[in-house]
Amino acid sequence: MRNLSAINNPYNDDKLMSACSIFGAMDTSGKPFSGKRVIDAIRNMHVRGNGLGGGFAIYGIYPKHPDHYAFHIMYMSNEAREKTESFLKERFHWDHVEEVPTFKARRISNPPKLWRYFLTVGSSKHESQSDDDYVVDRVMEINTRIEGAFVFSSGKNMGVFKGVGYPEDIAEHFGLEDYEGYLWTAHGRFPTNTQAWWGGAHPFSILDWTVVHNGEISSYGTNRRYLEERGYVCTMHTDTEVIIYAIDLLVRKHNLPMEIAAKVFAPPFWEHIKRMPDGEQELCRTLRQVYSGLLLNGPFTVIIAHNGEMIGLTDRIRLRPLTVGEKGSMLYLASEESAIRLIEPDLDKAWIPTGGQPVIGRLQSSDKVLQA
Amino acid sequence: MKTYLPAKFIVERDEARCIQCQVCVRQCSFETHYYDPEDDEVCSREHNCVGCHRCMLFCPTNAITIRENPRDYRQNFNWRPEVIEDIKKQAETGSILLTGMGNDKEYPVYWDHLLLNAAQVSNPSIDPLREPMELTTFIGRKPERVELDPVTMDLKTILAPQVELALPVMFSAMSYGAVSLNVQESLARAATAAGVMWNTGEGGFHRSLQKYADNTIVQVASGRFGVHPEYLDAARIVEIKIGQGAKPGIGGHLPGEKVSEDVAMTRMIPQGSDAISPAPQHDIYSIEDLAQLVYAIKEATNYTKPVSVKIAAVHNAAAIASGMVRAGADMIVLDGLRGSTGAAPKVIRDNVGIPIELALAAVDTRLREEGIRNRASLVVAGGIRRSTDVLKAVILGADAVYIATSALVALGCTTCQQCPTGKCAWGICTTDPILTKRINPEIGAERLTNLLRGWSLEIKDMLGGMGINALESVRGNRLHLRGVHLTDTELEVLGVRQAGN
Amino acid sequence: MVTATKSTVEIDAMGLTHRQMNARLRELVADGSQHIILRNCYGQKYIGTNLNTSVEIEIHGTPGGALGSFMKGPRITVHGNAQDGTGNTMDEGLIVIHGHAGDITGLSARGGKIFIRDYVGYRNGIHMKEYKEKKPTIVIGSSSQDFLGEYMAGGVLVVLGLDLAEGEYHRANFVGTGMHGGVIYLRGKIHDYQLGKEVGVAELDENDWAILRPLIEEYADHFGADAEEIIGRGEFFKLYALSLRPYGRLYTV
Repeated sequence: MRNLSAINNPYNDDKLMSACSIFGAMDTSGKPFSGKRVIDAIRNMHVRGNGLGGGFAIYGIYPKHPDHYAFHIMYMSNEAREKTESFLKERFHWDHVEEVPTFKARRISNPPKLWRYFLTVGSSKHESQSDDDYVVDRVMEINTRIEGAFVFSSGKNMGVFKGVGYPEDIAEHFGLEDYEGYLWTAHGRFPTNTQAWWGGAHPFSILDWTVVHNGEISSYGTNRRYLEERGYVCTMHTDTEVIIYAIDLLVRKHNLPMEIAAKVFAPPFWEHIKRMPDGEQELCRTLRQVYSGLLLNGPFTVIIAHNGEMIGLTDRIRLRPLTVGEKGSMLYLASEESAIRLIEPDLDKAWIPTGGQPVIGRLQSSDKVLQA
Repeated sequence: MKTYLPAKFIVERDEARCIQCQVCVRQCSFETHYYDPEDDEVCSREHNCVGCHRCMLFCPTNAITIRENPRDYRQNFNWRPEVIEDIKKQAETGSILLTGMGNDKEYPVYWDHLLLNAAQVSNPSIDPLREPMELTTFIGRKPERVELDPVTMDLKTILAPQVELALPVMFSAMSYGAVSLNVQESLARAATAAGVMWNTGEGGFHRSLQKYADNTIVQVASGRFGVHPEYLDAARIVEIKIGQGAKPGIGGHLPGEKVSEDVAMTRMIPQGSDAISPAPQHDIYSIEDLAQLVYAIKEATNYTKPVSVKIAAVHNAAAIASGMVRAGADMIVLDGLRGSTGAAPKVIRDNVGIPIELALAAVDTRLREEGIRNRASLVVAGGIRRSTDVLKAVILGADAVYIATSALVALGCTTCQQCPTGKCAWGICTTDPILTKRINPEIGAERLTNLLRGWSLEIKDMLGGMGINALESVRGNRLHLRGVHLTDTELEVLGVRQAGN
Repeated sequence: MVTATKSTVEIDAMGLTHRQMNARLRELVADGSQHIILRNCYGQKYIGTNLNTSVEIEIHGTPGGALGSFMKGPRITVHGNAQDGTGNTMDEGLIVIHGHAGDITGLSARGGKIFIRDYVGYRNGIHMKEYKEKKPTIVIGSSSQDFLGEYMAGGVLVVLGLDLAEGEYHRANFVGTGMHGGVIYLRGKIHDYQLGKEVGVAELDENDWAILRPLIEEYADHFGADAEEIIGRGEFFKLYALSLRPYGRLYTV
């Protein structure tokens, strides 16, 4: 195998540990809203981070190009951009390309360039391969083979903006107050054992899946080897990355709904499984036996999102916090209730889910309802 | 011919303490001690002493000390006492040197060069006494994915047979004949009490133990002793034994004098006849043949139980293991260089095979590279001494381990290597009706259950320290190991980083 | 010293960091304020710590983590929910929460009282302990999430189960796991398997009621509930430590 740690990960940080703040807001009616309040909320949890990483995922952001894969690509050099663009030209049809506008932010220094590309799959794709699989493979290729280039996001009608700094600084740098989306997630990072780099900030993303994560996945080595056996290349060597690939495997490739994937990541204890009614017991047993390599062990809270859906989940003994706020069609997920209250003081409901209990928000138009 | 072999041990009897009670005379099955009625004195034939320490332990006045005879030949690294005496023994007998237990030579014990990780601050350690800590392990083939009915979301996947272990430790194969029935009963009862498996070995499944069938693995080996449909039916797992770590490529031979009426019944052979286990299984000359036997057993048991295949860890174990998995094995067992036996040619025991740690790492890596690791459980055997060895094995990628010597030591064994003599003074590796009474199955089971309990608590402690509460989350998680005093090549094979890196 | 009249001060906490806010509180207390109202509180941590008087603090909004940690003396009322770590290693004083509280509420508390109108998160009352007259008390109106009273070593935990329908079981698992002191009074049914193996279950006797009744009355006072109605619901159980030394056989030398 190639020595992946030498590529795209200048600090060779094998696993980044973090105690972070996370936030998610979704209007389940699908109505877009500006980033202003999201930025306020994540800023309110400023003390949880240490300024070494912040980022946002925004859904419904590119209504003019809803069917194009929107690539956000970070470049450390012009050479990297040239190489990447010739790579993309050979493999995709370009619809629109632009440099992502940035603004002077006080505490941001030496930002890399961020470009975005609206692409459709080119003729070099093999017939039997799905468009999504083709895109995943190309993203892995860019991230492992082109030095100085890194794909932040690659989904349709969504985008990831992230970097080194407090999340509010990153928002200022990219001018996120001026973007609108119906679903936002945000992250402020506190990596505890290493330097930070722009690609290592959250959210992590593949296709339109994103994840922001507070915690440490102590099972990282087990999870990673399970995924690598199945063709995923862990380019960033962070524990969060395995979550996004695990979701891709379970939900996109194995067609399991998020509720089931949650039982893989944070399964009930065997003692509890033994007391479940037959059908449920069989399901939980089978999931745990088949997907034992994807149990996410260690303290974590994640907010996972993709087009039309936002999911909050904590580890099974709830070693990291998650609070839910509901107001009309709005669903909020946050490390701290205060962050939600700041922007939505008069909630219909604020509550704390139990460990391993997924909180799922879905667009009302997608005939499934908000549930917990 | 006069023997030029000196006594290996010195028996010191403190005359001031000795009360001539003759406990030592009765305890020693090697006739080292004898009573001289004329002088009213207990004396020793030191030549006979094997250093098993039975007499020392049972002497009511602590009058006996057994010491190694220093045999101070002129110092010579090359011509050490063992070498000199082996040559003399062969010069006097013209025979193959036979021995018992596992390889006792100074090959590296990699377990002792691997260090575990622990959580500090960024993830909390978990308190294993108060919070749930799961060691549950399932042996059996796992499918690549779980399928649900797209409409009802009902489970469509039906798993191949799985066997649940409360902790990832099983008792390795020791046949009736090699060990006594009381030893087997101790193992069977302990396995049942602790929620793990014991293994009949290839000497048949004694009917008095059939009540422990739910925790029993039966073996189909080259001798096919006691193999019949009920035997296969009774077990939870059927294990095809190709080889064992102590004597890869070598068959076995239970001498006729050990084939008592009861052993004969269990093995289904005439009493007093030699029980010969051929070196190969004569229906397995290739991997295709192995597949044929695996499926013959699956057919014979109607696909209701996992089929295991056990090999000695040899140089190309990784390629063989891959073939075994592709041949349909649901569990593969690697028995390493330090695996034990009741009898093996010494040169084989001490020179054939590879250390289990390296075999394990190589096999696990190979199966993952081929994307077939989920198709079989991987069990390792041969020199697992402590809970840390168990945990390190799991971290290197094993699903579970087999222990045998550790279990016998728990029952009293002091590894004196006299197993092939059938005179085991501890009543373990013998079928002598008087000696076998020295193992009380109830007490034996208690000692073994205690051992497993202690190991289980220790493994939970170590897992909790890593901030992990389910064993599956360290399985193959080699980031939780670091190596010390290892070469780059060794680290590479183990897939483990140098400590400090 | 206590004076007859109370001096009330209001603080608008909007935009204040926890450091600024707590410094302001200490300033006010030093100046003799006995009643402080915090408005627009959004996540400031450590409120009530290092004040060392019986000052009354009313919080409007959502206080941050570690509310009242190492606190000695203050009487805090939260008009809303509390986050994680309320009353961490608390020494003396009172915290009343008109809502729910997050995880590890009352962690290692060694004195004082915490009243929570609704439910609490994980590991509530974990390792509370008592020594002589120092005896912490936590009263929870509805129920708790997992690991309630984990390795509890002393004090009193009350769970009134007011959110449970008649005959409904508590949902918390691993209750009192590692418990080796103190007492949990639980109203509402619980299965044996939900309890740690170190926990015994008993009916309440007169001595228990002498402790519990005033606590229910105090709960009712704080939140406008009816103490008699709560007591009338019945199904009170006492959970206690089976042994002061649950790990006697664990180690050998």
